[in-house]
Amino acid sequence: MKNKGALSRLWSFAEYGSFREEEFTLSPSDERHIDTDTPENRWLTTVQNSERSVGARAASWFSRRGVEIFQRLYRVAAVFICFTLIGVLLAVVAFLPPFGGADNPAVNEVPERYVAGAVEETGATNAVAGMISAYRGFDTLGEAHVLFVAACSVMALLRIDGPARRHGCLPDPEMTGEDMDFEPNSDLILRKAAKILVPLSFIFGLYVILNGTSSPGGGFSGGALMGAGVILNSVAFGFSRTERFFGERVYHIVKTACLTVYALLMAYFIYMGANGIYDHVWLGVPGGIVSGGLILPINIAVGFEVACTMYCFYALFRKGGL
Amino acid sequence: MTLFEGLLLAFLIICAISVSVTRNLLESIIIYMGFSLIMSVIWLTLEAPDLAITEAAVGAGVTSLLFFATLKKIHAIKAEDAKQKDEEEKHEK
Repeated sequence: MKNKGALSRLWSFAEYGSFREEEFTLSPSDERHIDTDTPENRWLTTVQNSERSVGARAASWFSRRGVEIFQRLYRVAAVFICFTLIGVLLAVVAFLPPFGGADNPAVNEVPERYVAGAVEETGATNAVAGMISAYRGFDTLGEAHVLFVAACSVMALLRIDGPARRHGCLPDPEMTGEDMDFEPNSDLILRKAAKILVPLSFIFGLYVILNGTSSPGGGFSGGALMGAGVILNSVAFGFSRTERFFGERVYHIVKTACLTVYALLMAYFIYMGANGIYDHVWLGVPGGIVSGGLILPINIAVGFEVACTMYCFYALFRKGGL
Repeated sequence: MTLFEGLLLAFLIICAISVSVTRNLLESIIIYMGFSLIMSVIWLTLEAPDLAITEAAVGAGVTSLLFFATLKKIHAIKAEDAKQKDEEEKHEK
């Protein structure tokens, strides 16, 4: 396999998923074993002895060679469809408007309104944050719930419940043989690097969340950074060190509290008609940290929610619980 | 399009082809990490720094970690398992 070229690898990649030959082709010895006394076969032999029409002959030939023909067609069609799709997509790319062009179809009244009115209406100098959290806040609420439901379903699939887990004493890893109980505590390079990187990623994540109204970033990016920091911490120092500040209790409290706060804020937003809400909320000084009215609390809630979900995924995949 | 962006895009295409051609799952995950890293630099050149941060944290960091954890769970990382077994045997002796 190794001395084959890349083209043959592509070829075998194309046939991956097609039927395996030995399962479906009849070897000649199989045909000899057909019992001629059963009524169906007796009917078959009478048909064979009588004058066979062209259609019947074609049918029998097809039943012998059909799988082989199907496999060949499958490979040819797979390669053909692949290359056709590549060609069509490349052709479409050639007709796309240039990046940032003034005559692009995306330049219409909607982004004009966003660019012109975002600072006045939402108080956020970062127009993207204004769009995500204020103009399209309901959409972002849906995304946060998608994350919540994903975490719930991963938990339902991968969570390990049992007396040992519940009482806080894990079974001996030598006994169970499960590699999820081996913790990589001995890696010196990883630990030294994590000592520098974990605080940095926490502080940078908080900075991105808090500055989401006035600079690029926001809840999702900052939350992803903080979640990556927590994961790095647990990879380098083990789960017991992480559970000192982020156990199952903290996870449930933080996550549900963030989601509830976010949903309540958006409920208020929708109740006020989702238009002109900021007449009732102090917008703050545009460009400052406390600005953008409801965008800052929404960013904080989304950030902690995303961080919790990230760590929850990792912990459930690795050891089956938080 | 500058030479820098052209180089990045060419690297993306090479990564995308080699991910699907590689037989080793571990190698393909590492190539995918490289893909995400280059993609985050491209987001920066397209003036979307927030997307670049998210791509670097999620695409290159968390997603690959989850893939690694899954590979470990289904015992697809052979070398490390063999090493662990050797250590256990030494321990028994």
